[in-house]
Amino acid sequence: MTWSSIIIAGIVTYFMRMTMVALVDRDLLGERVKAVLAYVPSAVFPAIIFPGIFINDYGTFIEINDPKIFGAIVAILVGYFSRNVIATILSGLFSYWIIIFLL
Amino acid sequence: MLTKKQLITKGILAVAPHMFSVIPFGIVCGAIGIELGFSPILVYAISIIIFGGASQIVFLQLLSGGASAFIAVTSVGVINSRHLLYGAVLSEYLEKLSFIKKLLISYIVVDQGFAESKKFFQKNKTEPYLHYHLIGTGGTLWICWQLSTLSGIILGSFVPEELGLKFAVPLTFIAIVVQDLKKLDHVIVMITCGLSSLLFFDAPFKSYIIISPIIALFVAALVLRLKK
Repeated sequence: MTWSSIIIAGIVTYFMRMTMVALVDRDLLGERVKAVLAYVPSAVFPAIIFPGIFINDYGTFIEINDPKIFGAIVAILVGYFSRNVIATILSGLFSYWIIIFLL
Repeated sequence: MLTKKQLITKGILAVAPHMFSVIPFGIVCGAIGIELGFSPILVYAISIIIFGGASQIVFLQLLSGGASAFIAVTSVGVINSRHLLYGAVLSEYLEKLSFIKKLLISYIVVDQGFAESKKFFQKNKTEPYLHYHLIGTGGTLWICWQLSTLSGIILGSFVPEELGLKFAVPLTFIAIVVQDLKKLDHVIVMITCGLSSLLFFDAPFKSYIIISPIIALFVAALVLRLKK
């Protein structure tokens, strides 16, 4: 039962990846749609970022003084000015750890 | 013109920094599967068959919590439906590939690889072998994801929960979009998406993850119209 669900979930996921690349003719999308699609990263990734910061493992909102908010602010500032992915990730993680382990 | 090898290398280098997030998260994914009581082979098979970060955790959590297979599979489908958007963006650059190559390359498209290759594609539209960049990013992500979930399965409960390694996930995506904070139109789209995701977080099947991008893209269309 579990195995068949895994395989179906895998096939469904693969179709999500493959459909637009292999099955749909690009010319079906008009110029306006293409212009809007240029916003895809900005329109998708905040849906992973915001809940990852503001909602805890139990599905409830975190407090305003939660160390994750501090870590995220540090990561945004470091990322904005350094343009460096590693610095962004590590500054966020370390500032989060400093608060939970040292303070 | 860049050679295929140069393009693969550029892809690997572009996505490599994200491994500081992908590897910890992969370890957590493997460890959670074991913690929930699933067999190591099953937990690892998911990394190959589904190959989709957060959706793997949700899938196992739902099944172990007694949800039906239908709910678990639907949730995975909804969470991963964002790949339809990635595919729509990438198709412009992959349209010259043969059908078989399109089928093969689709399997390795995941978030960070899509984001980094899209940035590269936009600046290098005329390169003939563009898809090799995507092979570099996607291949690196695939290998690191397999190795890190495997490590998590072996380490299991040795992975300290207090570290909060899942927090590395929002950070890797902050690194991807942070430079776009310089553009007002992107800021509007990002805030729309982020606030929608919090507003719809409790919607069934984790559908906030596709509802909020759709709302944000409508706002993007409005912004584009106003700019003209």
